[in-house]
Amino acid sequence: MGLLTNLKDSITRVTDRLFTESDPKRIGIYGPPNAGKTTLANRIARDWTGDAIGPESHIPHETRRARRKENVEIERNGKSVTIDIVDTPGVTTKVDYQEFLEFDMEEEDAVRRSREATEGVAEAMHWLREDVDGVIYVLDSADDPFTQVNTMLIGIIESRDLPVLIFANKIDLDDSSVKRIEDAFPQHETVPLSALEGENMDEVYGKIAEYFG
Amino acid sequence: MPKVKEKERDGVQIDLISGERMAGMTSMEKIRMILDGVHEGKIVILEQGLSPDEESKLIEVTMTEISPDEFSGIEIETYPSSASTDSGLIGRLMGKRPGASKLTVIGPADRIETLHKDETLISALVSRT
Repeated sequence: MGLLTNLKDSITRVTDRLFTESDPKRIGIYGPPNAGKTTLANRIARDWTGDAIGPESHIPHETRRARRKENVEIERNGKSVTIDIVDTPGVTTKVDYQEFLEFDMEEEDAVRRSREATEGVAEAMHWLREDVDGVIYVLDSADDPFTQVNTMLIGIIESRDLPVLIFANKIDLDDSSVKRIEDAFPQHETVPLSALEGENMDEVYGKIAEYFG
Repeated sequence: MPKVKEKERDGVQIDLISGERMAGMTSMEKIRMILDGVHEGKIVILEQGLSPDEESKLIEVTMTEISPDEFSGIEIETYPSSASTDSGLIGRLMGKRPGASKLTVIGPADRIETLHKDETLISALVSRT
C-alpha cells in the first residue's frame, strides 16, 4: 500500500512537471531572516529585467510579504531559463517584537512589524507547500548553518522533491565560511556569492540555468 | 507523602511522548497537542518526530498564535539531516519518510535556548521562567 502510493505520488509529480515544461518555473528564494534573500532577488531582477523586487534592510523581517517578479529570462553557457522569482519572508519559529526595539523602533511599530512578520512566515510556508517549482536556499556564510530552521526547511524541500540550490551568501564578510555550509548540507550543491557586491554572479546564473532550465 | 499543589511547584514540566501515542493521531491533532503543551510552559519531547509536512504546518500554526508579551513562538530541535539518511526517491518509495524518526524537543521560545548543536549532539538550556 505504502510502496504503491509513494510510487504513484512520485510519478504524478514527475509527469506534472513534464506537462508544464514550457511555463516559467516559479523559484522561491528561501532562508532564515537576514540571509540576504531580497538583496539576491534584487540583484537577479536588476541584472535581467532592470527592475528591483523590494526594499532591503539590516533589520530582520524587512520582507513580510512574498513578492514575485515574473518572466525573468536568464541565459548562460547556451542554456536559457525563464523563471518567476518569489522573494519570501525569512522563516523562523519565533518572533518577539522586543528584538525590533533594539533598532530604535517605536513599540507600536515593533508590534506591527512583528504581527506582519508572523503572517509573512506563514505565507512563505504555504508557498513552499503549494506554489513553487524549485528553491534557492540562501544562507549567510558568516553564520552557523546548523540551525533548526535550516534543518527543517531543507527537509521539507527534499520531501517535496523540489530541486534546490544552496547559496552561501555574504562571502565578502571576514567570518564567511563556505565550507561550513558545504559540510552541513553535503547532499546539495553549494554556490558561494556576495549578492551585495555582485561577486561570483556568473556561476550563480550558470547554476540557475543548469538546475532550473 | 504530602501532595504538592500545582501552583506551588517550581520547575519545568517535561512531557515525553511515545511514537505509539503519536501514531494514531492526525497531523493537526499532533500540532495541537504540541502547541497546547508549549503554551502551558511545558517542554515536549517526541520519541519520533514530525514529518516534514507536519513540521511545515507546525511553523505555520505557531506563527498564527504568536501574540506580543504572551507567546513569542517555539524553540524546536532535532538533529540535522545528512546525506546518509533515506531522504531520496528510493527511500521514499520504500516508505521511509525523511526526518520522521528523530527525537524532537519543542518548548516555548522564551524558556529554551540552544547552546550547541551539531550532527550528533544538541545541548539546550531550559529556564524556569
